[in-house]
Amino acid sequence: MNKSIPKRPFMKEWHVTGFTVFLLLFIAVVLSAQATQVGQDFSMEQFADLWIKMANPDWSYLPRVLTPLAQTVQMAIVGTLIGGIAAIPFAFLAASNIVRNAFVRGIIRFVMNLIRSIPQMLLAALFVAVVGIGTLSGVLALAVFSFGMMFKLLYEAIETVDQGPIEAMRAAGGKRSQVIVFAVIPQVLNQYLSFFLYTLEINVRASAVLGYLGAGGIGLYLNTTLDTFRYDQTSVVILAILVVIVLVDALSNKLREALS
Amino acid sequence: MMVQKRSLSSRLKPYAAGVIALIIVIWAFSGIEFKGMKDSAGQILGAIFAGLFNPDWSYVYSGHGEDLISALFETLAIAFLGTIISSFIAVPFAFWAAKTSKKFSVRSTTGKFLLTLIRVFPELVLAIMFIKAVGPGAFAGVLAMGVHSIGMMGKLFSEAIENIDRGPEEAIISAGGNRLDALSWATLPAVLPEFINFTLYRFEIAVRSASILGIVGAGGVGAPLIFALSNRSWSRVGIILIGIILMVTVIDWLSGAIRKHLLK
Repeated sequence: MNKSIPKRPFMKEWHVTGFTVFLLLFIAVVLSAQATQVGQDFSMEQFADLWIKMANPDWSYLPRVLTPLAQTVQMAIVGTLIGGIAAIPFAFLAASNIVRNAFVRGIIRFVMNLIRSIPQMLLAALFVAVVGIGTLSGVLALAVFSFGMMFKLLYEAIETVDQGPIEAMRAAGGKRSQVIVFAVIPQVLNQYLSFFLYTLEINVRASAVLGYLGAGGIGLYLNTTLDTFRYDQTSVVILAILVVIVLVDALSNKLREALS
Repeated sequence: MMVQKRSLSSRLKPYAAGVIALIIVIWAFSGIEFKGMKDSAGQILGAIFAGLFNPDWSYVYSGHGEDLISALFETLAIAFLGTIISSFIAVPFAFWAAKTSKKFSVRSTTGKFLLTLIRVFPELVLAIMFIKAVGPGAFAGVLAMGVHSIGMMGKLFSEAIENIDRGPEEAIISAGGNRLDALSWATLPAVLPEFINFTLYRFEIAVRSASILGIVGAGGVGAPLIFALSNRSWSRVGIILIGIILMVTVIDWLSGAIRKHLLK
């Protein structure tokens, strides 16, 4: 009997794949570091100064940020609502178990993929340029973002529903509208509400910084306090944002747990 | 046969939820000014779409660094470096925050709280803070991205640690290995594919956020876009938007393909 263990192939013996990946990553790191000029002087003085000022929040500023803070949440809710409702018909049109025409589905998914690839803040910058400074541009940016996101989550949910009720409806001669209302919607309603809350969480976070571009909400105060070097006020704004985000997340998590 | 009647409160519950939701929605709409739209809005929207269809091709490559290609490359570099850095820093945070026993643990609770704090701290503010320290430029963007990503990756990593099979670890300990042996021969090999998967996923998100960091002066393609928007050079806006959409789509597709391959 041959006692020697079988030889590993060359590729595995020398870990060719692993080393190649490592080498490529290493080259990418070096190139990126050059492109971003990593290693400029880090002024610890300035950085520490910032944190020291921020560690002494100017609480008298708090009353002034409450209204824009509420506005931030309002923008997120309205934006999510508009986008979430607008996404429903498109999600049904893109689901393969509702619409058989692959061409229609393909077109809708392609356009929605394009919409989803635009970052939220860029949407906000565009809408500020189009409709002007104010909450409306923020709402529109959030609505378009929610539209793309809810669409994707919803059509995937629709495609993975239990096929039984749909087939039963079709076999009994149900029209497509009846199939949707009686076989699909009851199955995806809870998921839809859960996606809605999830999108709302993301939108509250985004909404807090949208104002930096003039799209309404508390972000504007972030901008002005930073520009005027009032970091003690900046920290009040940031703390207020953090509290709201944590509260909304906690509430939304509770509701989503109740839904599932 | 009598159908058991549901109690009054359980029948009223959906209606109560509906009323509360309606009140919240009305409150939300009350805060938005739906007027105040600029008269020129339609015109500008038309101009942006015209710019998208007649993009400024000369901006794509000019040869001396002030073009779209180099701006997009810088954006990718910020996202890549930021993600790489935080993928390493996130590992100890993940072990800190992982809830590995049923009992309440101070370690995991404090770790989770810290990660939440990092995660909800706005990335743009972080970028502005780093700009104060290193000056405007892509380096500030890398630092902001590197710190901010720890929050999300730490959370995802710690959930991966919580979900692994603990058998191999216990086997090594009971065979006389120490905790370091268990970590390097059982825990890490089990979680590494998940870690790489989440890192790639985070990279997809990082590319999107890196393309807006330029708004505050932290490098990337955001700055030329804001300039073009304020100069109303819509064909320039068009080509930059096309560039960003293309970049994001290609990265999503690439990363998705690698992740599928890894998790097979």
